[in-house]
Amino acid sequence: MTPLVGIYADFDSHFFFQILFSTAFIWPAILVIEITLVSQTAGIILGFPLALGRMSRNPLFKLPVDLYLWVFRGTPLILQILFIYDGTAELFNNPPFLYPITRNAVVAGCLALALNEAAYMTEIIRAGLQAVDPGQVDAAKALGMTRWQVMRRIVIPQAMRIIVPPTFNEYINMSKNTSLLVIMGGVAELLYTAQAFYSANFRVFEALGVAAIWYLIITSFLTRIQSSIEKRFGERQEIAVAGRSNFLRRLMIGGAGRT
Amino acid sequence: MSALVINAEDVHKSFHSLEVLKGINLTVAGGEVVVIMGPSGSGKSTFLRCLNHLEKIDRGRIEINGHFIGYRQASDGRLVEESDRKVARQRQEIGMVFQRFNLFPHMTVIENVMEAPIQVKGIARDVARQRALDLLEQVGLPEKAAVYPAKLSGGQQQRVAIARALAMDPKVMLFDEPTSALDPELVGEVLDTMKTLARTGMTMVCVTHEVGFAREVADRAVLMDEGVVVEEGKPEAFFSAPQHSRTKQFLSKIL
Repeated sequence: MTPLVGIYADFDSHFFFQILFSTAFIWPAILVIEITLVSQTAGIILGFPLALGRMSRNPLFKLPVDLYLWVFRGTPLILQILFIYDGTAELFNNPPFLYPITRNAVVAGCLALALNEAAYMTEIIRAGLQAVDPGQVDAAKALGMTRWQVMRRIVIPQAMRIIVPPTFNEYINMSKNTSLLVIMGGVAELLYTAQAFYSANFRVFEALGVAAIWYLIITSFLTRIQSSIEKRFGERQEIAVAGRSNFLRRLMIGGAGRT
Repeated sequence: MSALVINAEDVHKSFHSLEVLKGINLTVAGGEVVVIMGPSGSGKSTFLRCLNHLEKIDRGRIEINGHFIGYRQASDGRLVEESDRKVARQRQEIGMVFQRFNLFPHMTVIENVMEAPIQVKGIARDVARQRALDLLEQVGLPEKAAVYPAKLSGGQQQRVAIARALAMDPKVMLFDEPTSALDPELVGEVLDTMKTLARTGMTMVCVTHEVGFAREVADRAVLMDEGVVVEEGKPEAFFSAPQHSRTKQFLSKIL
């Protein structure tokens, strides 16, 4: 019980600094980064076909995508996590082939985050693809390119400049959304670890404070990368897409490749 | 003059309820240079876009080098739209140059010119590069090969666009108001490039209001208005003694 700046406060600084940079929090922080990278990247990859489906004039492609977006953007993420982890187990009476999901909270969590993120990425990617001047498509078609060649060689590389900056923002959001996995109780991420500490000694403020600092470290790190990407994509557009190879390399040139 | 390169019969095209083309008939022989003029909204650009199937047509038929473009004839005689792959193949022999250049901004000048030969025709990179350099020489821009299009003037961009189209060795070139988006002092360099091309015997269809160009190199001038061909003829007669009142009216505004 020590007075702090004149007001009554009970801050256990010894405990706080003891756990702040301990492996008890370093490993969860690494897990958060891993889940972020896996889920967000999977969400991006899923977002591309969904965006193409959403732009399709064929209702056979468009309607399922619209339904997907409606469901995943219209319900809370935390509910989707429970649906995938506990809901599927109950619905199908937990058959062995679902064990990788229903008995592995990390996999179930990544799956839920990725499926949810895909819905948001769909709109980011669609907006990027549609922002490309239609004259570019005309010119490419007139040269004899097929629809897929036009997409791959002309539209996607130019859309990347529009897609990459908000996509990186999604990585930052994702790193915070991983905390929702705490609801499953089986993922040793930062919030779960903090809870484990304070349920043992009731040092709630200290434990949550340590988790908060680790989230700040992660998001600040990602924000640093993001601003360097935005600089490259904003000011020197020709550099960002100057590569001659596939669009993945074009993505790297923007700076994301250095993460 | 050799066989017909373009044979368009009774081409109709509507956008929703607006009928833009109301039965266009036009033939272009090999090596011929045809200039299409007409007030804005007369359907000239739409017709040009139908010639390489960038727009579908509602009725009529268009043959390029003796085969239908964008369609094939079913056994019952009706025209059925071709697959994307087939249409793409057909477009290889039709070059097109656009009002707004439409160079690929994420590629250098030479990459713009090499792109289609490599991707579409599967030509080896070094062969495509040499051919691209030759074409850039031809349009007078060999020193701009490694530059991005954004660094070029409008006139230079349009000349690169011409080189890019020529890289596919097309049998016919379509020009859709190629100088309309240019500052006046840049028009000449693009027209000179087009004149040089015309003299090589290239078959050309040009939507343009450049009367000087039409007089100098065109074999035929065509006036389109409200979706129909109003008048066509040799440039000398077309410009000095137009037959139709609508031609006279239009020419009085641009001459």
